[in-house]
Amino acid sequence: MIQVEGLTRTYGGFTAVDDISFVAQPGRVTGFLGPNGAGKTTTMRVMVGLTPPSRGRVTIGGHVYHDIPNPGRHVGVLLDASAQHAGRSGREILTIGARTMGLPDARVDEMLALVSLSPEESKRRLRNYSLGMKQRLGIAHALLGDPSVLILDEPANGLDPAGIRWMRGLLKGYADRGGTVLLSSHLLHEVEMIADEMILIGRGKIVAQGDKKTLLDRGGAPSTLVTSLDNGALAAALQGKGIPLVAAGEGLKVEAPAVEVGRTALEAGIVLTDLRFGGAGLEELFLELTSDTQREGHIEGASA
Amino acid sequence: MSMTLDVSGTAQIPFTRLVSVELRKTADTRAGRWLLGAIVGITALFMIIFFLVADSEERIFGNFIGIASTPQGFLLPVLGILLVTSEWSQRTAMVTFALAPSRTKVIAAKTVAALILGVAAFAAAVLIAALATVLGGASEGFEGLTATVFVLFLALQLLTVLQGLAYGLILLNTPAAIVTFFVLPIASSIVFALVPFLSDVAPWFDLGTAQQPLFTSFGGEENLTGEHYAQLGTTALIWIVLPFMAGWARVMRAEVK
Repeated sequence: MIQVEGLTRTYGGFTAVDDISFVAQPGRVTGFLGPNGAGKTTTMRVMVGLTPPSRGRVTIGGHVYHDIPNPGRHVGVLLDASAQHAGRSGREILTIGARTMGLPDARVDEMLALVSLSPEESKRRLRNYSLGMKQRLGIAHALLGDPSVLILDEPANGLDPAGIRWMRGLLKGYADRGGTVLLSSHLLHEVEMIADEMILIGRGKIVAQGDKKTLLDRGGAPSTLVTSLDNGALAAALQGKGIPLVAAGEGLKVEAPAVEVGRTALEAGIVLTDLRFGGAGLEELFLELTSDTQREGHIEGASA
Repeated sequence: MSMTLDVSGTAQIPFTRLVSVELRKTADTRAGRWLLGAIVGITALFMIIFFLVADSEERIFGNFIGIASTPQGFLLPVLGILLVTSEWSQRTAMVTFALAPSRTKVIAAKTVAALILGVAAFAAAVLIAALATVLGGASEGFEGLTATVFVLFLALQLLTVLQGLAYGLILLNTPAAIVTFFVLPIASSIVFALVPFLSDVAPWFDLGTAQQPLFTSFGGEENLTGEHYAQLGTTALIWIVLPFMAGWARVMRAEVK
């Protein structure tokens, strides 16, 4: 279990992390989500003692990281897959980790197999690795000591879709066996697919947290995207019921559930050609919650 | 699924293991192997050149050791610098300190690893010098050889290694540390030589001036006095020990990026 209590980190007058508290539970994958520069990395760096906190503290399983003996055996850390010596081979990087933790060299081969890096690839120097290969190596490094807690910063960054699916399966399985997983991302759909719990952070502050359902319930009224053979008539019928709507592409975006839109169309005798859920998805929520903290302001598809 | 982590069964990482990992890091890249090879190779090359140009009567052990100290004095500190600064330039410090959060232990392990390599280079130099002396055919090749020569030569090498480590720790940047290591002592010597009221006290404050009698003593021409030793002490304190402490303090407080 990772427990963050009242954590604040300031740099001069700038507050990178502003009094945040949350818990990452064992047996669950906790997603740490926020736009770039929101404070995710700073929080994770404080967790493993690389950055001293200005106030507050983080404990892992009840211990401050610094007090955990041979911490690699308990906490797997991947903060930046590129933060390895470019001149070392992948295998050598894992060997140094294994030696430091006091693990047999056979563990290196096991981990290479686990992340599907071939023996030939493992002998290449890191500077010749693609970002996806570096991420796989970084995940292998984090898992070396068979830890019960995983802290991963943007682990899916650079992975191809098959790689992301692989990682999802890996982390789910890891949590199902009782492990604690905290992973960060600035991409909502990545986290949405993997995480059981989500913590949304924007400009150093936690703006929402909970499981997916709780967060969706917070999102307010759902909207619907609809296209029909007579959009003008449909719009008139909906407005007649006092339902707000706007034109969206070839159709309408209606501030009502799909069932209400369908019923109105039926009553008005209008043929629908497309009717689907139009938001209040997590993406809407994410953008809304972080909109005042986004650099660009609210932009459609900004999380893509 | 327990909320607390049971760490009672986990032993601390032994210090010797950290040292062996640091030693491994010096030789597991192409650049590292080249540097280690260059230290031995260039030491041998200097001695061979001296062997060829010197008269047979000059081919004595003390001279060979003196010759060896020059390239080693240049290259060993670079090894010490890289051992520290590469962790920052390659950003591996993030991984190193995540696996071993005690920065004091990591710095100590790096220091011990660098000193071990310094001792190894010393052993190699002694071996090559002995071989060259035997082959050189000087009638009194090993004459007047005292344990002091060995100890002083070794101490000099280890101090320069520490000096490299110190500048690496303070600057945490490879080019800056290497440039500082080479330029600062020269600049200091120039200042102390040119400014009249400073030149009198130079042996007490300038590292190069204080170490000068050491080099001549290798050839057996001059013995070190108590004053020499005191001067070696004060300059080592100013140029090596204090920077080392400052660098250590910096790394303890540094945010590891």
